[in-house]
Amino acid sequence: MADLRCNIAGITSVNPFWLASAPPTDKYINVVRAFQAGWGGVVWKTLGEEPPVVNVASRYGVHKDSNRNILGINNIELISDRALQINLDEIRQVRKEWPDRVIIGSMMAVIEENAWKDLAIKIADTGVQGIELNLGCPHGMCERGMGSAIGQVPEMVEKVTRWVKEVVDIPVFTKLTPNITNILWSATAALKGGADAVSLINTVNSIITVDLDLMSPTPTVDGKGTHGGYCGNAVKPIALNMVAEIARNDETSELQMSAIGGIETWRDAAEFIALGANCLQVCTAAMLYGFRIVDDMTQGLSNWMDEKGYQSIEDFRGKAVANTVNWNELNMNFDTKAFIDPESCIECGRCHIACEDTSHQAIKFSTSEDGKRHFTVIDEDCVGCNLCALICPVPDCIEMHEVENNLPYVTWPEHPKNFQNVNKWDS
Amino acid sequence: MSIGQCNKEGVSGSLSKQDIENNFTDLHSPFNLFQANAESERCLYCYDAPCVNACPTKIDVPTFIHQIKTENLIGSAKTILSQNIMGGTCARACPTEILCEQACVLNSSLEEPVNISTLQRFAVDHLLQADVPHPFNRANSSGRKIAVIGAGPAGFSCAHRAALLGHDVTIFEAKKKAGGLNEYGLAAYKMVDDFAQKEIAFLLQVGGIEIEFDKRLGKDLSLKQLSEQFDAVFIGAGLSNANNIGMSDEEDGRVKDAIKFIEEVRQSEDRTEIAVGKNVVVIGAGNTAIDAAIQSKRLGAETVTLVYRRGEESMSATKHEVNLARLNGVHFIFWASVKSFKEKTPFSSIVLHKTRLENDKLITTDERVELPCDMLLKAVGQSFDNDVVASVQDDDSDLFKPKIKNGKISVTDNYQTSVRGIFAGGDCIASGLDLTVQSVEDGKQAAISMDNYLSLLKDNDHSENDRNQMPSNDSSDHKGVE
Repeated sequence: MADLRCNIAGITSVNPFWLASAPPTDKYINVVRAFQAGWGGVVWKTLGEEPPVVNVASRYGVHKDSNRNILGINNIELISDRALQINLDEIRQVRKEWPDRVIIGSMMAVIEENAWKDLAIKIADTGVQGIELNLGCPHGMCERGMGSAIGQVPEMVEKVTRWVKEVVDIPVFTKLTPNITNILWSATAALKGGADAVSLINTVNSIITVDLDLMSPTPTVDGKGTHGGYCGNAVKPIALNMVAEIARNDETSELQMSAIGGIETWRDAAEFIALGANCLQVCTAAMLYGFRIVDDMTQGLSNWMDEKGYQSIEDFRGKAVANTVNWNELNMNFDTKAFIDPESCIECGRCHIACEDTSHQAIKFSTSEDGKRHFTVIDEDCVGCNLCALICPVPDCIEMHEVENNLPYVTWPEHPKNFQNVNKWDS
Repeated sequence: MSIGQCNKEGVSGSLSKQDIENNFTDLHSPFNLFQANAESERCLYCYDAPCVNACPTKIDVPTFIHQIKTENLIGSAKTILSQNIMGGTCARACPTEILCEQACVLNSSLEEPVNISTLQRFAVDHLLQADVPHPFNRANSSGRKIAVIGAGPAGFSCAHRAALLGHDVTIFEAKKKAGGLNEYGLAAYKMVDDFAQKEIAFLLQVGGIEIEFDKRLGKDLSLKQLSEQFDAVFIGAGLSNANNIGMSDEEDGRVKDAIKFIEEVRQSEDRTEIAVGKNVVVIGAGNTAIDAAIQSKRLGAETVTLVYRRGEESMSATKHEVNLARLNGVHFIFWASVKSFKEKTPFSSIVLHKTRLENDKLITTDERVELPCDMLLKAVGQSFDNDVVASVQDDDSDLFKPKIKNGKISVTDNYQTSVRGIFAGGDCIASGLDLTVQSVEDGKQAAISMDNYLSLLKDNDHSENDRNQMPSNDSSDHKGVE
């Protein structure tokens, strides 16, 4: 059986699955239940300076597909609204009861050196294995100069990281907001400030739905709504890209990463690890299904690793990074064509209409005398875009077949149709 | 279902009123919004979908299901009703297992097809129950008047479409109530809560349609008269004669038309008062036979046996209906025909003769079986009552008498009879399937043809003025079973 232990910033965890700083890690009872269920660690819900914040009623909104499955959640809950000392006492207690599990203390404060330092010292004193700096919260706290208001300014990210590093001797995780133009700017700032690792992504700033009766964004608080933080499986693609950017950038590649963003299954987890993540944080999936999901996450990851022959997380961590390149490094001579298996085709016509209306008119539709409908790819017109294969409701009915053209690997900068090259050759 | 035990001959009285009411509730529960959403999600939204082509009225099934999915329920109902104004009845009565649902592509991936009928019912019922204006608007008045014979599915479908196209319509109905087979002929558990009348009330909201009851063609009305008073006439008179089964004592009081029996079940205020046999035998193999058999059982008959002179594979009832009958405890006897009653000691019974095929010909053998029977329902089809168009009193009635071919009114592809300005559709012509949905399509298409016909008439042109310009009565292009 594969070894699921992971290591980040010098902290070893029994598995890479931690619960992110959020409602599921708000208090002793939640965290104990999480550890009983098998989670490797938790990042305790963010603690702030005294007095604690006050939260509103109506805190979550959802984005569902038409089958009522939840694609993403938006929340407008703030940081912990319980007294700081209660939180600190509970953290200390759980650390004592669960010595083999990781607890990271999450914190935020206004942009004042002493505020960060004093709070960090108090939290570190509880015995947490690390501290996470919440510089990402995109709602509420940012209006008070905290959360993403800090995370969006690289200089502040660096400064806050440095302040905390100066007063604690445990690892510091800087949590990054995705609500920026370039994740590398804040990642670099965290690195400069001395962060041992970065946690990303925090929630995406969003309005999840508009209640068309109330004419108000949801969640609605007495007839009004506000923008909140979007999370859940829908944000995974955004998170994957940001993790990959940090991993493949020379300047930031040394940063260790606790990846967050829509991780619901072991497969999601494996994808983040393949892009360089050292460990993972989960929140929404647990909120949707309960802590028991960690069972399948650990088992599934372990089974997959066994199947692939990976004995430890490190065996495949970052393996997809080298293959994540700029568009300009792709092979322009690579070609694929769709192939529709007439045996498994159920004749729904979806591939045809998608290609006909929105792509390259490369799927011919004909009906034979017996009434059977035939969908055939016109190879000359197929550009190998994958659309038909992706929308086909029958698994493996449409496959993309590589065209063996024996042409060399040619990138766009080298391509003869690139006008810069044409000019070069003309002159 | 409560099972009956008869305690007096000829009339079952074993089931309480409550039992019978329970036996006649909705056969299939309607969907709630959650179920409808879940089922709509199964639809693949096929392009040029096979289910559309399998529907005689060509309802755009993927579009209406997509509209359910987006909770555009009024739009969904409108999509259905624009093609089939009786989409509510069709959702309840159509044998979708041989129509749209048979064509569903999910069948080929070994899944259950999308439950199109229940989704259709959901959408149409939503509109009928919603407090919204009639979803279709009439065109400007054409000033033309159309007479429709028969307030059944064909007649109403024709009337509604003709009204939409700007014509004023008068429907003449022989009975005291509108609906035709929707009201009288469909099994009670398929049309609960007086749905036929609700649908008609909805349909009439379009405006421009009047109904005159107790007006029977051939008795109270003549085609000549109507042709003179109206610019065009549509005959949707249905089939009113029940076919005989060739029994020696067909006039015996124990013999009843299945259609009349079903009508009684539909119209009865108190179903405990319906006389149902203790041992019922149904002769026939179509959906009417099945409806009669199941309803006999549900009324409390102890045994119900369906007798058919051929094998199960030749039955015109769908597999789904046959299975439903079996689930309701109906017995089947194949390869037998009924000859006569046997006198009543110790109980009433009928004599069946075994049949078989010899060189593709059905032979009745001398091999006999007796079957207890005190009520025999004949459901071997109905035929067109020629008197409707024949026994017109006028001298020149023949000029207004449409040609009959193989016992039905002969029409062109445009639903035109051999008489100019007179159109026909529904069960009284031979078109496609013998189903409500086909009648609706006939009525709709006939209205469109009549509209074309009327648009070609000159403004002061009245049908009686130009009889001499009548097109050829050549029926070579007339439909009809050969």
